[in-house]
Amino acid sequence: MSLRSRHATSTVMLTLTYVAAIIATLPLLFIIFHLLRQGAAFIRPEFFTEMPKPVGEEGGGMANAIVGTLILIGIASAIGLPVGIGAGLYLADKRTAPLATTVRFLSDVLNGLPSIVLGIFAWEFMVRPFGGFSALAGGVALGAMMIPLVTRTTEEMIRLVPISLREAALALGYTRWRTSVSIVLRTALPGIVTGALVAVARIAGETAPLLFTALGNSFWSTSLNEPIAALPLQIFTYAISPYESQHAQAWAGALVLIAIVLIISLIARYATRGRHDGGGD
Amino acid sequence: MTGTAAPPVGDPIAGIRPAGPVETSARGDRVFQIVITAFAISIPLLLVVIAVSIGLAAWPALSRSGLSFLTSSKWDVAAGEFGAAPAIYGTIVSSILALVIATPLALGVSIFLSEIAPKWLRQPVGFLVDLLAAIPSVVYGLWGIFVLIPLLRDPIAPFFKDTLHLGNTPLFSGPNYGYSMFAAGIILAIMILPFISAVTREVLLAVPRSQREAALALGATRWEMIRDAVIPYAKSGIIGGIILGLGRALGETMAVTMLIGNRPEIAASLFAPGYTMASLIANEFTEATSDTHLSALMGVGAVLFVVTLIVNALARWLVWRVTKGGVR
Amino acid sequence: MLSRDKVVTTRTRSQVLPTVAFMLKPTAISLLKGAYLKRITLASLVVAAAAMVACSSDKSGSDNKDATANSGGSVDLTGAGATFPYPLYSKWFSDYAAKTGVKINYQSIGSGGGIRQLSEGTVDFGASDSPMSDEDIAKAKGAVMHFPTVLGAVAVTYNLPEITAPLRLSGAVLGEIFMGTIKKWNDAKIAALNPGVKLPASDILVVHRSDGSGTTFVFTDYLTAVSPTWASGPGRGKEVPWPVGLGGKGNEGVSGQVKQTPGAIGYVELAYAKQNKLAFASMQNAAGNFIAPSPESMTAAAAGVAEKLPGNTDYRLSIVNAAGADAYPISSFTWILVYEQQADSVKGRKLRDFLRWALTEGESQAASLDYAPLPASMATRLNARLDSIKVGTTQ
Repeated sequence: MSLRSRHATSTVMLTLTYVAAIIATLPLLFIIFHLLRQGAAFIRPEFFTEMPKPVGEEGGGMANAIVGTLILIGIASAIGLPVGIGAGLYLADKRTAPLATTVRFLSDVLNGLPSIVLGIFAWEFMVRPFGGFSALAGGVALGAMMIPLVTRTTEEMIRLVPISLREAALALGYTRWRTSVSIVLRTALPGIVTGALVAVARIAGETAPLLFTALGNSFWSTSLNEPIAALPLQIFTYAISPYESQHAQAWAGALVLIAIVLIISLIARYATRGRHDGGGD
Repeated sequence: MTGTAAPPVGDPIAGIRPAGPVETSARGDRVFQIVITAFAISIPLLLVVIAVSIGLAAWPALSRSGLSFLTSSKWDVAAGEFGAAPAIYGTIVSSILALVIATPLALGVSIFLSEIAPKWLRQPVGFLVDLLAAIPSVVYGLWGIFVLIPLLRDPIAPFFKDTLHLGNTPLFSGPNYGYSMFAAGIILAIMILPFISAVTREVLLAVPRSQREAALALGATRWEMIRDAVIPYAKSGIIGGIILGLGRALGETMAVTMLIGNRPEIAASLFAPGYTMASLIANEFTEATSDTHLSALMGVGAVLFVVTLIVNALARWLVWRVTKGGVR
Repeated sequence: MLSRDKVVTTRTRSQVLPTVAFMLKPTAISLLKGAYLKRITLASLVVAAAAMVACSSDKSGSDNKDATANSGGSVDLTGAGATFPYPLYSKWFSDYAAKTGVKINYQSIGSGGGIRQLSEGTVDFGASDSPMSDEDIAKAKGAVMHFPTVLGAVAVTYNLPEITAPLRLSGAVLGEIFMGTIKKWNDAKIAALNPGVKLPASDILVVHRSDGSGTTFVFTDYLTAVSPTWASGPGRGKEVPWPVGLGGKGNEGVSGQVKQTPGAIGYVELAYAKQNKLAFASMQNAAGNFIAPSPESMTAAAAGVAEKLPGNTDYRLSIVNAAGADAYPISSFTWILVYEQQADSVKGRKLRDFLRWALTEGESQAASLDYAPLPASMATRLNARLDSIKVGTTQ
């Protein structure tokens, strides 16, 4: 092959990567464009304060769904955070021990499980025996999804705390557990909180595990033992319905959901990025 | 607690004084160890519990149908016959379709971002691609129903059928519902793109400079350097990323349920509606009236569980191999 | 120390899960900067505060017309089941809550789901357009009573913008469309029933239910009655092996898909077709006339049935392909299913009171939403039958 044709090939292939980059960014722009165009019209204060109206009636809002999502996130965090942080501490401590390697690997496996499988699990354990759908069951399914993410980030953050800090504390007479909790954990806390926020952003948008655990509720409910509305569930129900007003509300709900997820993700990203640039290595 | 009083909590530096005899394996240590070990063990325990509970619930259906559960394509709820083959077929086909579309794009974007893009462009483009992963599945489904499917119905499907005259080939035949395997494949491709791209970017960045410099020094063009020096080095990680994307596509539920047409049938045409394991469960779970139906759904869940488990484990191992070792 | 940190950083960075990788790019030393800690704490507090404000404003704020929103307590009764009557039921529940404060949460997940949830005891009542079979009842936690609430009709809707007048279809032709043997809209058999109408040459895109549905039961009940090939093929049931077509979830899903897919045909409860301005066909009934679904034609279908009921009927009746010149052939009752023996007497009493309201005042709203009220004699008998629900000490 002549040098010229090789250069030509190179130029063509490199141009193709530009094209790939453009194509890859298009869907996001499309989606955001449509979200804003269809959803923004329906974003009014009533959207955040009213309940869903009976079918066919105009108007209404998703107040119960927004609150429901927040409650579910709360329950999930109550389960996912302690287990995740505890497991992360363990993994950071035991590093390469066989049990630790197994736990780390299985945590990644758990992370890759389809969310609907976790929904089935929560249904088996929380809905079937107790005879009813509940916010608690939904929270359990979501909490199980949070665990691997929180575990991983906690472990990473703790391992980044310099050994010298731990050694200094031990030298000053702290017990090992006090060192882990008061020194290491507190130092790594910003990163752990970031990891928690990332996990929350992930589960805030999950629908599948809620389909047969939290079920959804057209009324205002904050009780843990009752079915509860959730933003992704409501979006799903409205999206497949035939009513135009419900479609509009679905778009608005999607916009709100994405805003929540993005804000959380951006806070997490901004917090770490600020460190990156401002502090230097 | 045994030993002397510990320094004031929350203030490691101030109030330093010789603390006297150092505390050794206090009871607090042991309790702490037990607590965190318990939390850590809860993860494998959780997995085992999930596996066992689904397995037990699925057993009646699996033992009744035997191997035909996986091979029979008759999913007939009323007759009590449950063959999961259409769902398994649909999951595999939609995921492979997604991979076929997403992999070149993801590779292209990653190469672009790691090798070619000017520095000021890397952050924004990388961010935009990564942001695709933050969009919830149900929002993809919503967008798919109102934007993608009308687009597919007209002009995309007629393009394949009429303009390219492929309408009579088995792959593009059949009525043009819009809701189809093709729609599911496209939306899955968009959803897994950020994952493949993120992993590929990581492994490409892990390739040592020396590799690149050596290739360029030997007279390779830029593209040849990428093709012959960088990619082979990162190959197993890239494959790991692809398999990771596959793992995610296999388990994706909501967007697929909203776009695939919900038809438990194996069809050759990409434009035909179909079913996947995850969307089958999502649609039928709350309404399974008979125990056999429920057990069959659990069976599908078990198959999905096992398949995603294997695929994800494989992906992790491949990525780990490249990034940990650094040497092929 | 520095080199060790660097190795740690590189390795951990690459090993971090992709889902996390692009969100976090940790560096060692900067973690320890106090200023950063303040920033992230502030950010988290802002998020938490926003969440709390959202919560509190919801609870105190709303001034909407829906009285149930402000009551703030938990739900009184849960029910699940048919999507067929959902437009009417949702109005009933809303009005009843406004009138008495009793809140009823109903999930329209399909008749099959309603029967299952009732059998497992996860809801207080079920709703279905397909009566429970004896085996179904045997699997429940006790004897189940069927209470018809309204009459509805299964409309055959289609999306053909070119056609203005209602399409005419016969049972046999409908069966063939859903069997997949008639594939195009301008098929000779359809044209024969619609002289003078210019039918397009496009494919017929069939839409059916993907979930266990009483609407499907009624529809296939009808097809079984009028088409021998259907009877020997897919047959009758809440779920059947459909030879062709897309699956939609609930009446909402089917009407949604028909509405968005030109050339589609589906079967939905009349209210859904009307509310979404979907065209529906006039079906040929047993007397040979082409009748459109309406409260009047539903009532005609049920006429005569009420008087002929035996005294000990359990009300599991089918009225498809009814005799009568003006009867719409795909009409049906829809039922609310309750346990004869109510476990919780408070809930049982609330349920009974609601049903009493439904059978008296609720009936008067039916026609405005394109359902038909029960024949008056039937409603009276059912009202009396409510007393046989055993709710505990007062019984």
